[in-house]
Amino acid sequence: MSLNTQLIRSLKAPARPVWEEPPSKAGLTAKGGFLVLCCLGVLGPLWIVIVTSLSPKPVIDEVGGLVVIPQGITFVNYTELLSGGQVSRAIMVSVGVTLAGTLFSMTVSVLAAYGLSRPGSLGHRFFLMAMMATMFFGAGLIPTYLLVQSLGLTDTYLSLILPSAVSVFNILVLRAFFMGISPELTESARIDGAGEMRILLTIIVPLSRAVLAVISLFYAVGYWSAWFNASIYLNDQEMMPLQNVLIQLVQKNTEAPTGLQQAVRTGQLSALGLQMAVMVLALIPVAVASPFVQRHFKKGMLTGAIKG
Amino acid sequence: MSLTAGSRPDGTRPAAVVEEPRAAVAGATAKESVPRRTAKAGKVPFRVRWRRDRALILMTSPVIALLLLFNYVPLLGNVVAFQDYDPYVSSNGITAVFHSPWVGVEQFSRMFDDPLFWSATKNTIVLFVLQLVLFFPVPIALALVINSVIRPRVRAVAQAIMYLPHFFSWVLVVTVFQQILGGAGIIAQTLEEHGWSGFDLMTDADLFKYLVTAQAVWKDAGWGIIVFLAALSAVSTDLYEAAAMDGAGRWRRMWHVTLPALRPVIALLLVLRVGDALSVGFEQFLLQRDAVGAGASEVLDTYVWNMGIQNGDFSYAAAVGLAKGLIGVCLVLGANKFAHLLGEQGVYKK
Repeated sequence: MSLNTQLIRSLKAPARPVWEEPPSKAGLTAKGGFLVLCCLGVLGPLWIVIVTSLSPKPVIDEVGGLVVIPQGITFVNYTELLSGGQVSRAIMVSVGVTLAGTLFSMTVSVLAAYGLSRPGSLGHRFFLMAMMATMFFGAGLIPTYLLVQSLGLTDTYLSLILPSAVSVFNILVLRAFFMGISPELTESARIDGAGEMRILLTIIVPLSRAVLAVISLFYAVGYWSAWFNASIYLNDQEMMPLQNVLIQLVQKNTEAPTGLQQAVRTGQLSALGLQMAVMVLALIPVAVASPFVQRHFKKGMLTGAIKG
Repeated sequence: MSLTAGSRPDGTRPAAVVEEPRAAVAGATAKESVPRRTAKAGKVPFRVRWRRDRALILMTSPVIALLLLFNYVPLLGNVVAFQDYDPYVSSNGITAVFHSPWVGVEQFSRMFDDPLFWSATKNTIVLFVLQLVLFFPVPIALALVINSVIRPRVRAVAQAIMYLPHFFSWVLVVTVFQQILGGAGIIAQTLEEHGWSGFDLMTDADLFKYLVTAQAVWKDAGWGIIVFLAALSAVSTDLYEAAAMDGAGRWRRMWHVTLPALRPVIALLLVLRVGDALSVGFEQFLLQRDAVGAGASEVLDTYVWNMGIQNGDFSYAAAVGLAKGLIGVCLVLGANKFAHLLGEQGVYKK
């Protein structure tokens, strides 16, 4: 019951100020309709993709394409994809690269953001300028490609992590947040004999969980969605991350992931259903993770982006 | 680290440029540090500062090293644009730079005579203008609508849904569009069932530019509202109240209070957008290049990729990339100058 009243209260509009005229019916309808349309525009395609991936082959064949109304839900596409083979391997690669990359990026970014968070420290302005300058010019694709090749990073997972490990924007967001933490706290710790590293780990990091969550998500989404580096630096098909497998499946019109082609040819599985299932597997992690940190977005973006 | 005389963080000079969040920090420490600062302003010896701050510098160094390696070194690598670079002249790609012959600006003059380069440039500019006209106003409109919703739950849900596509990869977005709008897609099939002729938006070269703009709107318009919402939430309600007292209706309040509040943000984002004019979106075009052909989808970024990495003409591709980068920097500076002329702050201060 208490949950119910809570819900009703949150759905009720807060009191309007006296000077504001009551909303017109037409205005409210137009606004509501517009918002519903926007949300449908986002959720509709996702719905279709998810339903198709969950549909058995007869249903997909009958409709002749994507399924809108779910009938006879089945997880057979997922169980086949996840029972080993190309897609399972690609998921492992993507998860591994995302975890390792995010951990690495967060470590160096938090260290740098803290290192630059004290105005007037030695080299503070110089390092900051050197960092921000890279936001204005790109080094260019060709020289970067040649460098990665000469460093011997091609065909290693390091080529997916190192060249894009640092986002200056993210560091600026972190730095702005760290600078907002009251200096009395770090000051007293320093008097008690704590070194910089200890201050960072015991005071700054616990106080900035929200912004750390947001930035971790940004980095993780970056690694999870990346496919271009893999497409130019990796030659071994076995090493390809999930997004690249998805490209091969859908863009290059390959029917089914290797290992499942037989099942598609003999009519046990639907190629479209499999493709849609791979898509759902690729979008699940971000769709699940982003709502949890989304309430922190605004704060995080603002402290860094505008005042940076 | 031991506590030496100069090791306190507030013994330092105040920052030359005080940014807003930093102002609070400076203000909080000002009380104790004022006398010392006046005594030896900026005269802390280098050795003392090094001893005091070396931990901080050590912490910053991994990022600086990475940026040096992957941003600054490749910047020097752009010299291959003035060479006839051959990666096989030496055992290593880097040392090959020292053995490749210099050709001056020959690659650039090649560029000017290259019809493919000009077609890529034309595509880039057309797409930039389209995005500016069709994409840029969408987040502003969305933010205004969301901002006028006063029920917190409705707001939160709408925002969560609109943010979502920003986190999907381009691969996913392009694939979704392909499945829905493509030749075998759901809309084409429904139309066919009802007696219309089928259509395939994904392979139509003429409609391609609208298609990619629609994709960009679908993916990022929702995300773009964040910054506008933040600017709107900073507007004082007193202004609205005063305007209402003076008899301004809903629309007049929007025109005279809300929109002026958004003006600096709009100017800032426009400057950033113009500075990025030549990078209209790389992945999106590369992914759809096969479907519509290079004629419609080739932009400068994909042209560099095609000439350099696909065809191995590194020097020429680097020259195109360098030209693009230089024009990009000029555009940022120019747009910022223009913003200053209009009385806005732009990306950086004067």
